[in-house]
Amino acid sequence: MKVENQVILEFPSRSANEGFARAAAACFAAQLDPTLEEVNDVKTAVSEAVTNAIVHAYPDKLGKVVLKLRIKEDHALEIVVKDWGVGIEDVDQARTPLFTTGSEERSGMGFTIMESFMDTLKVRSTPGKGTTVTMSRKIARRAGR
Amino acid sequence: MPVKCREEQRRLTAWVEGELDHHRAREVMEELDRRIDVAQPRELTVDLSGLTFTDSSGIAVLIRAHRRMGQVRGAMRVVNAPSQAKKVFQAAGLERLIRFE
Ligand SMILES: Nc1ncnc2c1ncn2[C@@H]1O[C@H](COP(=O)(O)OP(=O)(O)OP(=O)(O)O)[C@@H](O)[C@H]1O
Ligand SMILES: [Mg+2]
Repeated sequence: MKVENQVILEFPSRSANEGFARAAAACFAAQLDPTLEEVNDVKTAVSEAVTNAIVHAYPDKLGKVVLKLRIKEDHALEIVVKDWGVGIEDVDQARTPLFTTGSEERSGMGFTIMESFMDTLKVRSTPGKGTTVTMSRKIARRAGR
Repeated sequence: MPVKCREEQRRLTAWVEGELDHHRAREVMEELDRRIDVAQPRELTVDLSGLTFTDSSGIAVLIRAHRRMGQVRGAMRVVNAPSQAKKVFQAAGLERLIRFE
């Protein structure tokens, strides 16, 4: 599907960038005139994906994270979060609710939240090479706009 | 931003405000642990009226506080969760474990 507009952000895997990433996604989504609930859903999903890249992809060093924000021609927002970290051995298992390899500061609900807050979620990962999470959400066209 | 707390007759109320993500979760967890250990409350109320954003990091914070309250044989409830937070907690099925009012 045709890309109508796109912003690409690159940042190191510092936790301070979690807030920046979701604020950037919210600002970019604004051109689709979303409801507050739609913006919050997108922010939440971006926060989950970016936090995973920061926490899991680079467990003991800083690495590169790329966030791509795209508007597709059918009023859909597509979000890609990419890292070049450790990767995921078994993606199906990783997407299971409550599954976590993290400490007790993690709940294993990140992918479940991304799935329920977005329309589609794709996870591609190669151990030792990195992970790409692609998700999309159609923003309703509102009457009178 | 620290967690604001008030204690009265072994009832502890904690206000978690602002954005609660991985960047901030550890600080909030440790503060709640410390407050619970000192107060040994019969009941902990977590007031989320000032919470502007949370993600799965907030789930872990609440589960941790809930477990801690279990250790001191106290109850816990969460009040005034804004709709964004409620939606996150619901997606995780947290209301089966923790009382929301
Ligand atoms: N970008 C990534 N790189 C490497 N491993 C990942 C990545 N994203 C997720 N994972 C793996 O998938 C598991 C599940 O991720 P998910 O986000 O669902 O839960 P979590 O991050 O462990 O906990 P939560 O998101 O609730 O804090 C993680 O524990 C980790 O093992
Ligand atoms: Mg996660």
